[in-house]
Amino acid sequence: MSDAIQLIDSDRGGLPQAGAEGDMAAVMAVLQEVLDPEVPAVSVVELGIVREVRWVEGRLSVAVTPTYSGCPATEVIEAAIHRALVTAGYADPHIERRLSPAWTTDWITEEGRDKLRAYGIAPPVGSASKRSLLGPEPQVPCPQCGSLETERVSEFGSTACKALYRCLSCLEPFDYFKCL
Amino acid sequence: MHNVSQTSQAPLVEYLLRLGDNALILGQRHAEWCGHAPALEEELGLLNVGLDLFGQARHWLGYAAELISAEGGQGEIDADHLAFRRDAQDFRNLLLVEQPNDDFAVTLGRQFLFDAWHYHLLSALVEAKDSRIAEIAAKSLKEVTYHLRRSSEWVTRLGDGTEESHARMQRAIDLLWRFTGELTEADAVDAAMREAGIAPDAEALAADWRDTVAQVLTHATLTLPDFDAWTYRGGKQGHHTEHLGFLLAEMQALPRAYSDATVW
Repeated sequence: MSDAIQLIDSDRGGLPQAGAEGDMAAVMAVLQEVLDPEVPAVSVVELGIVREVRWVEGRLSVAVTPTYSGCPATEVIEAAIHRALVTAGYADPHIERRLSPAWTTDWITEEGRDKLRAYGIAPPVGSASKRSLLGPEPQVPCPQCGSLETERVSEFGSTACKALYRCLSCLEPFDYFKCL
Repeated sequence: MHNVSQTSQAPLVEYLLRLGDNALILGQRHAEWCGHAPALEEELGLLNVGLDLFGQARHWLGYAAELISAEGGQGEIDADHLAFRRDAQDFRNLLLVEQPNDDFAVTLGRQFLFDAWHYHLLSALVEAKDSRIAEIAAKSLKEVTYHLRRSSEWVTRLGDGTEESHARMQRAIDLLWRFTGELTEADAVDAAMREAGIAPDAEALAADWRDTVAQVLTHATLTLPDFDAWTYRGGKQGHHTEHLGFLLAEMQALPRAYSDATVW
């Protein structure tokens, strides 16, 4: 092997080998490391906003859906996914923004819910429906002590996707990830 | 600079501008509360509702901008162009949403009267034959359902609260009522959209809005104004109250002053 070829090899030495076309698991493993910038406890996969991974004429395409229409993290998340994929060796991945079907908190995975709770955010209670949006307030367990003696302080918390609650047992305030 | 012409636009573009401008202008009214709300929790609530509305405006105006660009004659424009480079007479929002914030009761009263209409409208637009409209409506409806829940709660809490809160809430409803007529009145654009399988039947929408308003106001121990009272009209056609110009002057100052800026 000549020196010239080794030089070219070493120029690309820092880049790992991307997964082969069709290797979903390899892509998902990369996406699993991309965290929601506003809730850095859960990944975009656990949040359920990665809707489809496919190859179009050899080019990797990832469909992502926004949580809320006005979510200011939408572009940041798309850029983070793009960066992670490029860093993992996927050349020129396409990130598609997809509105339909509209995101629902039902798509947050079980692992995602556990991580939210461990992070101090109460995960959505029950399943999303018109009734859950217009019906009576859900009983939200405190993510700190598990008590059901909690009350809502405000319909919105630190971000549009959360409401502000407080625990009447341990007196800690906490964010509740609303059912949408 | 391109002006979006008043009269020669296709009904679909007009209709999208109405949807987008309602969300944009009401969102901007919410943004004005930043740093002024009566409590931190309510400020978060007001601004998050505003943020939802800005997101929805971006979707509607983005679609409108694509259609205007495709039609040609006005160059390539985007949602930002429609938001920041149009003058008052080119806006198609309802008169209701441009009314000043006044006090907390007026802000929430305005929100409730709008939400009750917005909720029923979007519920129908989910079935629109235009798939872009249907998917934006489906996305928006989830957020607006929550908005309606919140504003209904506040109207009830203030209306059925202290003597002063009741008086203020009643004043808010009475003050805003004269701008509600055009919510339920269909014009040629609405009729064309109805024809195209997009807009709901105007009378059904009016009935749904009236039911929700009557139900909540009655529950809130407030006096329901007369649905047939005389009201102002014209917002949907670009004839606005004096308040819109001042709102736009503030909202558009920066992009107009630095029109060559590409990153904010």
